[in-house]
Amino acid sequence: MRINKDFYAGVRGTLPILIGVIPFAMITGVAAVSVGLTFFETLGMSVLVFAGASQMVVFQLMAAGSPWIIMVLTAWVINLRFSMYSATLAPYLQKLSTGQKALMAYMLSDQAFGISLSHFVANEEVNHRWYYFGAASTIWVAWQISAIIGSLLGALVPASWGFDFAFPLSFMALMFAALRDRPTVIAALAGGIIAVLAKGLPYNIGLVLATFLGIAAGYIAEEMKTKTRVAQ
Amino acid sequence: MSASSLWLLFLAIGIGTFLLRFLFIYLFGKIAMPDWLRRALRFVPAAALAALVFPALTHPSGHLDISVHNFRLLAGLGGAIVAWRTRNVLLTILVGMALLWILEMVFGI
Repeated sequence: MRINKDFYAGVRGTLPILIGVIPFAMITGVAAVSVGLTFFETLGMSVLVFAGASQMVVFQLMAAGSPWIIMVLTAWVINLRFSMYSATLAPYLQKLSTGQKALMAYMLSDQAFGISLSHFVANEEVNHRWYYFGAASTIWVAWQISAIIGSLLGALVPASWGFDFAFPLSFMALMFAALRDRPTVIAALAGGIIAVLAKGLPYNIGLVLATFLGIAAGYIAEEMKTKTRVAQ
Repeated sequence: MSASSLWLLFLAIGIGTFLLRFLFIYLFGKIAMPDWLRRALRFVPAAALAALVFPALTHPSGHLDISVHNFRLLAGLGGAIVAWRTRNVLLTILVGMALLWILEMVFGI
């Protein structure tokens, strides 16, 4: 199998955003060590899960002593967005074998999705499979190396620095990037406020509840917007 | 949490996450994602991340604290302005952490 030139185009397209990927992966590594994971556990989780936001959430829940099932459920909820990416990218990845599709799916990340899709929209001639593979594999490699470096550095960061505050700060930046229009802002406000009100519920279940109600609020806001437009 | 249950946790999260990534690539042409589901999933990042961020700022030590003595709330609001203007994860963390350290150094006990 010869490597297509669009593989390299995908690699090159990804390089600028590694400035955001590398520190986030390193922070994930630091965070893993701060909640007591060993080097191999950190690396194992990074390879098995490969989804930074959900890993950070699990660390936060671990620190709070949440039950196992809540950690799994919450991580799945955070990662629900991948099914939307998967559905959107699916038509571009159909000429592959099932095994190759599985590999492409495994490497799917927010950034690989964003970069590939915006490139596909602007360039019709591109070999989609190779471009996506170039972008996704670059991010995967950069992520794993950075997470390893982070987990080695993590041992040097004392708890008194309040480093756990980096979790909500990192989620905050990701949240603002997800606010694209009024319905997404409503989804965020509803999810956030309900999470505050439901904080006292047992097992941290308020987080999952608030997420679903936030999604519902955004959905309803969008429905109402569409109906108003139709009515006019 | 024991080491073996930790690996089971990673495996459970990893398999579920892989299926979320794989399902619609695999099922393309067989089953399309329903339109309502696609529209609902658009709101997952905003709703889920807000549900994580808000309580982390309002409940810094487990109970509700909306006051000027809540340094994490103040530093978080500063971080929010940076996040809003730049959408940059690293910059938001740097500014938010710096604000928290400054507040604790100047006003902390």
